Amino acid sequence: MIQMNVKCHKLAKGFGEGEALVSKDPICFYLVEPKTSNVREKGHHLEGKSVAGKVLVFPSGKASSAVQMDGLVKLLLNKNAPSAMIVTDVEPVLVGSAVLTKIPLVDRLERNPFETISSGDFVKVDADNGLVTIAKK
Amino acid sequence: MLKGEHGSGTQSAMELLVAIGEAFDAPRMIPVTRAHAASSGQEGDLYFVEILAKGGATCKIMTTTNPIVDFEYFQKFINISDEHQEASVAWKTKDCYRQIGAIMSWSCIPYLAENIPEYGEHVAFSESSATPYVNSVIGALTNRESIQTALAAGVIGATPEYGLHLKENRKGTVLVKVEANLKDGYSYSLLGQYVGKKITSGIPVFVGIPKRPTIDQYINLCAMLNVTGAIPMFHIPGITAEATTEEEAFAGNIPKDKIIVTDHELLETQEELQTATGPIDTVILGCPHYNLDQLAELAGLMKGKKLRDEVSFWVNTSATTKLLAERTGYVSVIEETGAHVVTDTCIDMFCWNNLREKTGMTDSPKCAYYRRFGPVKMGTMGECVAASMKGA
Repeated sequence: MIQMNVKCHKLAKGFGEGEALVSKDPICFYLVEPKTSNVREKGHHLEGKSVAGKVLVFPSGKASSAVQMDGLVKLLLNKNAPSAMIVTDVEPVLVGSAVLTKIPLVDRLERNPFETISSGDFVKVDADNGLVTIAKK
Repeated sequence: MLKGEHGSGTQSAMELLVAIGEAFDAPRMIPVTRAHAASSGQEGDLYFVEILAKGGATCKIMTTTNPIVDFEYFQKFINISDEHQEASVAWKTKDCYRQIGAIMSWSCIPYLAENIPEYGEHVAFSESSATPYVNSVIGALTNRESIQTALAAGVIGATPEYGLHLKENRKGTVLVKVEANLKDGYSYSLLGQYVGKKITSGIPVFVGIPKRPTIDQYINLCAMLNVTGAIPMFHIPGITAEATTEEEAFAGNIPKDKIIVTDHELLETQEELQTATGPIDTVILGCPHYNLDQLAELAGLMKGKKLRDEVSFWVNTSATTKLLAERTGYVSVIEETGAHVVTDTCIDMFCWNNLREKTGMTDSPKCAYYRRFGPVKMGTMGECVAASMKGA
């Protein structure tokens, strides 16, 4: 098994690990069904896939400021939140929502995460020490 | 504050601001003198404001609130206990805002009456129309805040110095050439909807807008730019606060992109959200909340008419606006047709759930986007009135 350590920048503190789920599209967590944790946005790259316990890799958050936080809190209350998140573009609404729901969030990986991480890889995100560890599937 | 010597609520607010500051490499905190929290009365909103309220935090600066729901008004029409889950979250949320000493404005246009920043003032304003309005039209400085970051700034009286608080980040990035005929507030909504979706982020510079937009036209443009996209600011050279010429708006930036908007794009944009064309059963106006000018215009259109029996007609506005509209006589003209003038309420709330099966009509793409009713028809304020009245 190939294992790889990649440095990153902390956006929201903490440690989380799990199976990677890579999305080409930005994510609005209001459009994820809280009870099943499945993405319900029509035409989304992850439509129908579950985010619970996953390490999500996606470009950025999107949509109005109120709904992003609401989506993550509903997932959290249903014990369906992702275990960590890796993004390439940073925006304040997602950062604030991650900090408050205590989901580790990082950006600025030394290697492009979309080229380095595939869905199904096992990924550890150590935001506090700025380190992402990837075990290829 | 981080150690909790001012209580756990203030500590949580400070922790959030520090985390945001670190994430954006802000060198320091700077004072802000006003905040507006885009309170939504939903679980995500309650989660943080309850931490603040239970932890004894109070607002240190003027902090206004967004619409949630006017319980007293709606209990006349719906059985609130049918919506127990959503209603109790909304009720608790409103109570937490009261506890932390926020201003009970329940308005999404606070920048017109309850909480007006000055040119050059550093503030923290969330809410889709509010962020671009105070940055662009007024020339105050705010980032695109979430409810929580705006609330934290309200409690602490400071925000991390990054993004739009720095002059170099307020330059235009995209040139938008307007060739469409912008004849009313509705066409400005469609312009915002189209440009927001097309460019998704950055700071557009609009050229070709023939004259100074009216307040309601600005509100519509701001709201839609920041709903279909994440656009916190724009320039209209010679008109908005920070640029007298196109060169000044870009301030040395080379535009990343140039787009042209004609009547064709606006028409296509209207079709995107429209899912109904025939007769309608309900109309919702006032998303964002109608201002006094719009209530005056609506009263003029409705005077002496009656709603068709099967149509319900709802107009949302702020409490301060309604008070003036009552004194001036607009509200009685509107209500005599059978329509409702509602305060304190957002269109994305449980109180509209009984319209789920209805065919709705609105002049607001934002209302259509977050809609609580069934199929939706889009049109101007005048077209909404015409589609609802007897003898039409």
